[in-house]
Amino acid sequence: MTKSTLKLPIYLDYQATTPIDGRVLEAMMPYLTNDFGNPHSVEHSFGWKAEAAVEKARKQVAGMINAEQNEIIFTSGATESNNLAIKGVAFAHYPARNHIITVKTEHECVLASARALEKMGFDVTYMDVGPDGLIDTGELEAAITTKTSLVSVMTVNNEIGVIQNIKAIGAICRKKNVLFHTDAAQAVGKIPLDVVAMNIDVMSISGHKIYGPKGVGALYVKKGTPIIPLFDGGGQENGLRSGTLSPALCTGVGAACEVASVDMDKDMKHISNLSDRFLNNIKTALNSVSLNGSATERYPGNINLTFQGIKADLLIADLKDIAISTGSACSSAKHKPSYVLKALGLSKPEIDASVRIGIGRMTTQQEMDYAAEHIIRCVRNLS
Amino acid sequence: MTKNNLIYLDYNATTPIRPEVIDLMTEVMKEGGNPSSVHAYGRKAKARLEAARASIAQAINCRPQMVIFTSGGTEANNMAVFSCGKKRLITTNAEHDSLRSVADRFNGEVDIMPVNEDGLIDFNELKQSLKKKSEHTVLSILYANNETGVLQDVPAIVEIAHAAGALVHIDAIQALGKVQIDFMGLGVDMMSISAHKIGGPQGVGALIARENLPIKSVILGGGQEVGRRGGTENIAGIAGFGLAASMIPASLEKMKSLAAWRDEMEEKLSRHAPGARFLGKNVSRLPNVSSIYMPDVSSETQVMNFDLDKICISAGSACSSGKVKASHVCLAMTGDEKIASSTIRMSLGWNSEYSDVGAFIASWKKQYDKKHA
Repeated sequence: MTKSTLKLPIYLDYQATTPIDGRVLEAMMPYLTNDFGNPHSVEHSFGWKAEAAVEKARKQVAGMINAEQNEIIFTSGATESNNLAIKGVAFAHYPARNHIITVKTEHECVLASARALEKMGFDVTYMDVGPDGLIDTGELEAAITTKTSLVSVMTVNNEIGVIQNIKAIGAICRKKNVLFHTDAAQAVGKIPLDVVAMNIDVMSISGHKIYGPKGVGALYVKKGTPIIPLFDGGGQENGLRSGTLSPALCTGVGAACEVASVDMDKDMKHISNLSDRFLNNIKTALNSVSLNGSATERYPGNINLTFQGIKADLLIADLKDIAISTGSACSSAKHKPSYVLKALGLSKPEIDASVRIGIGRMTTQQEMDYAAEHIIRCVRNLS
Repeated sequence: MTKNNLIYLDYNATTPIRPEVIDLMTEVMKEGGNPSSVHAYGRKAKARLEAARASIAQAINCRPQMVIFTSGGTEANNMAVFSCGKKRLITTNAEHDSLRSVADRFNGEVDIMPVNEDGLIDFNELKQSLKKKSEHTVLSILYANNETGVLQDVPAIVEIAHAAGALVHIDAIQALGKVQIDFMGLGVDMMSISAHKIGGPQGVGALIARENLPIKSVILGGGQEVGRRGGTENIAGIAGFGLAASMIPASLEKMKSLAAWRDEMEEKLSRHAPGARFLGKNVSRLPNVSSIYMPDVSSETQVMNFDLDKICISAGSACSSGKVKASHVCLAMTGDEKIASSTIRMSLGWNSEYSDVGAFIASWKKQYDKKHA
């Protein structure tokens, strides 16, 4: 086999965003071109075709997580989904229940929603995590009171890739009669999820984290869950989310789910192999490197490493050909130290010495070997 | 325009995307990158984002930092009214569904002014309404009505509102690309716009807001849009919006032809059916739309008959819930249920052809004759 030439720079930031899969883009194209109708136009076939596309996509998303088609609503992305889930459920139960529970390592938008609720007079419990990044389910159970309406725990963490025990958390929430929301933006299409078996009431889904387009996401809302909309308008999506839907974008997220359903095992095997080989290379060559978060309960495509004694931003600057990050894209532009790593108990120098390497469907072994080689060399130079 | 063997006359619901915009969006989607990432992929996406912002700012004459990207017009309208910090809302009874339901849920006093038979706001009533708590008031209205195209006299309204200390938000979603819009010149404080009404994609819009306002989306998160609206930006959509905005001069040129075709059509229908009425005809309105009353034939029947003739029109706004309802806009203007339930909207756009209008006229006359033979 001849080695193909390596295309630089190498993209290893799959948690920030993923490239669109060619099959997804192809599925979207008809709705950007010939079938451009407004799905809410009931008077003509442009509208009907657009509506049919949206409904097909809804079915594809539902199928991915074992939900019913009418339990999926489309949004502008996971940030909106998380805002709607948390504020929508909290408001719907106020004032009878004025308490929600979330975790210190959640995505910025979940924490921002929780803080907004606090400002309005809600009580919020922010749970700690252990050094492995996981919550203690016993502690969760103890934190639930008769005033609690919602527990929000992310499935796969965006910075360190650890997978919370969603099934156990769902069971506790069901037992305690509170609703359970999970931000599954980094998890959907990558690990198997079943909203029924896992007792999930509300789940946030992103398009661009699963090889689909930006600007679209979805929210699974279990039938009968009390929730109120974030904003008002034409009453689309059963009144829960107004605004003209984009059939192209909805098709994008639907197709991305469909592709992920088909490819999930293959993707997982591919990414696990690359991840294991890369970690092995790095650990063999370097002594003072550690993997952040649980070594077992993790999505292998997210590798967060601390290289003791170096500055991660210098490392990233040296690795000109490799696109990696120090943490979430939202905060990396703001140069704030990672609150996720802090919650794991890392010191400030350790946090400053950490990088996130994201592997995905399109990553090749050649790219990973190149990355390992260059990271090792740069770390040695900086130590 | 004939597509899929159909004649599309519903540009006010949504427009086909311009081919140049599709090409750009496809390119940007293939590029990838999250604009908040600091590496090369991220910087490229960020550059796309800022280029689009500059292009839109130029098209409507505002500063780029006034442009806050949203998921569409509905979100922009909500953001304007709910976060501008005012406790009293003045609007009209001829608004788009998006503003009507904002008014329903507004946490404070709401004054809904009636429009006159031409669809216009009465300045005396506005002054009257502004006598109360005016410094705590935001006025939120459509610049161009989505059903009739009637244009409010925004500069005059702004003068009255500002004299009383109130803020002015306009929903310019239908007006953009059809009449020249000058944000600074109009003097408004906030303005909503949307991409899919100007040959751009669905799922992207913007709120234009003066920098001193405390604008904040209900969607909070990673601090994007200078902390005013969270969520990874829809880069491909935004780039498409930017390109579509840069093509507004061409759209405005095309509007001259559309106005002539529309006027000729109304003239022909009037001659054929003296009872026909065109809402907003006597006042300044958008060049591309006609809201037409056909005596004794319900909107629903007309929609079906046009559909049989392979012509796509609408019975009002596209947002309503899946059934054809009497138009609240027509009702507000005429006070006549009969007219409101027998009126349809035809709207033209960048890819419309003269023959489309001819086909519309023929179908309309045929339907009218069948009823009035």
